[in-house]
Amino acid sequence: MTLLQLDGISKSFGALTVADDITFSVSEGEALGIIGPNGAGKSTLFNLITGTIGADKGSIRFLGEDVTRVSPMQRCLSGIGRTFQIPQPFEKLTVFENLLVAGAFGQQRGEREVASECAEILVETGLIAEANKPAGSLSLLQRKRLELARALATKPKLLLLDEIAGGLTEGECAVLVETIRAVHRRGVTVIWIEHVLHALNSVVDHLLVLHFGRVLGLGAPQDMMNSQEVREIYLGMEV
Amino acid sequence: MSSTAQTWTTKTGTRASGLFGVAAILVVIVAAGAPFLVSRDIVQDLFFILTMLVLAQNWNLLAGYAGLLSIGQQAFVGFGAYSMFGMVILLGVDPLLATLLAGFFAMLLAIPAGFFSFRLQGAYFGVGTWVIAEAVRLVVAQWKALGGGTGTSLPGEARKAMFGVEFLKDTFDMKTSQASDAIAYWFALVLAAATVLLFYRILRTRQGLGLAAVRDNETAARALGVNAQRMKVFVYLTTAFVTGITGALIYLQKARISPDAAFSVTDWTAYVLFIVVIGGIGTIEGPIVGMIVFFVLQKTLSDFGSVYLLILGFIGIATMIFAPAGLWGLFSARTGIQLFPIRRRLVLNGSDHIAQNTREGGFNG
Repeated sequence: MTLLQLDGISKSFGALTVADDITFSVSEGEALGIIGPNGAGKSTLFNLITGTIGADKGSIRFLGEDVTRVSPMQRCLSGIGRTFQIPQPFEKLTVFENLLVAGAFGQQRGEREVASECAEILVETGLIAEANKPAGSLSLLQRKRLELARALATKPKLLLLDEIAGGLTEGECAVLVETIRAVHRRGVTVIWIEHVLHALNSVVDHLLVLHFGRVLGLGAPQDMMNSQEVREIYLGMEV
Repeated sequence: MSSTAQTWTTKTGTRASGLFGVAAILVVIVAAGAPFLVSRDIVQDLFFILTMLVLAQNWNLLAGYAGLLSIGQQAFVGFGAYSMFGMVILLGVDPLLATLLAGFFAMLLAIPAGFFSFRLQGAYFGVGTWVIAEAVRLVVAQWKALGGGTGTSLPGEARKAMFGVEFLKDTFDMKTSQASDAIAYWFALVLAAATVLLFYRILRTRQGLGLAAVRDNETAARALGVNAQRMKVFVYLTTAFVTGITGALIYLQKARISPDAAFSVTDWTAYVLFIVVIGGIGTIEGPIVGMIVFFVLQKTLSDFGSVYLLILGFIGIATMIFAPAGLWGLFSARTGIQLFPIRRRLVLNGSDHIAQNTREGGFNG
């Protein structure tokens, strides 16, 4: 069953086109990776899906409903969770309170009802020891984990991960990938933007390549990595 | 996921807060006896402290939690006060009842005021609210029945006939002015206690948590399902209501009103802002501490005229630079003491052992 369907989504900021007629769909339980050079419009695509910015043209359907004009808050409530590329913790709140916000508002339930659920997510994401520390005091790795934990606390059906492995060491990255894999195995659909390709390819079923706001290709990770075009615009820079 | 028989719960209270709660109740009870125990001058000083504290708590909720940096709260003070005068003079309503009803009028004003000012962000919002307050002042100054630009006085008969005055005069042998001062004072005491309790309650609910999230990062809060706009509107209207009642109460006690005084940006916003900033924005304790400091400064320096305002300004600036969390923030960060704890601490099987580090930061919330 199709969970998310984008149809001809376009967005420009003045003369700069950041999304150009983007069409693709994600099935329930799928894990889709998104790659593309810097400035390809990857984070913008997430902002369009979550409603942080509105599309100029095209439509977005989630769970069969048209959500193109729906507010970010409502999209979160209907089951779209996200992490931010640059972690956006509530700095003066504690780590646990950060999750309480996500649990209580993202699921529209009482604080007490979601407290133990939030605690379990903190255990799973390795943040339990920091539960009562202000989020502003966390290290980069911990902030990335908090992004993931907070998104999970909203009980998303679709989880959007924006460069969650960027800037981490090899070991830190491996732990995070394990957590994401476990979440995906529980049935959460994942769309993951990542530059750390080996991490990404170990989880996702399909890879979507974005370039100047356009979809350059969509297919099995191996096929995408072997495509001449993709190699030129993306990997070519590294060769 | 952990599958052991661990039970996670949340705790907010601390030992200090429990003791403080008891002490606070005693202080309020003793304070209630003030009109019988101390001179009228002191009762008036206490009245001033209480009403300014209420204004400070309101501004703190607006700016420190909802991120609404209003410098136009005098609109609600003045409009509340004028609607009370209007109800008493034109309709013959009991002054005490009119003071309560003034809150609704202030809230009514907040609807169009918010409609315009909410289109602006940050400092622009502040300037917008100030402009609105000036506009309201100019309109009220045209109200001839209430003295126009020169203002008017509360009729002596209305004060005599005010609820409770007769009783106090008969029972405790008070003069009319003494009795109406006492009533205004008790009203202020109840209002201050109720405001602190109400705001504390709001901050401890889910809505309060959402408000703190919006304050810290509005984009992230929206992405997590928090309705930021609705919360800001709720805070704006609530504070307009309480500020309106306070304004009416202040002018009930003064018994004389003029547009320039009732809509004064210095008296009802600048001083209030000073109190919140030096005490500590974003905490309930902050405005209480700030109010005490402000009162002491005012008592010792008010003979110096404009130098007094300069000194207040310097203290405000110094606080913002060296102690941005205010005096209470500084104290709380050092000692870990919170009198109105808002932090939700995660505890395992009822014990605090995963939770040692709740001290950092002066902000609770």
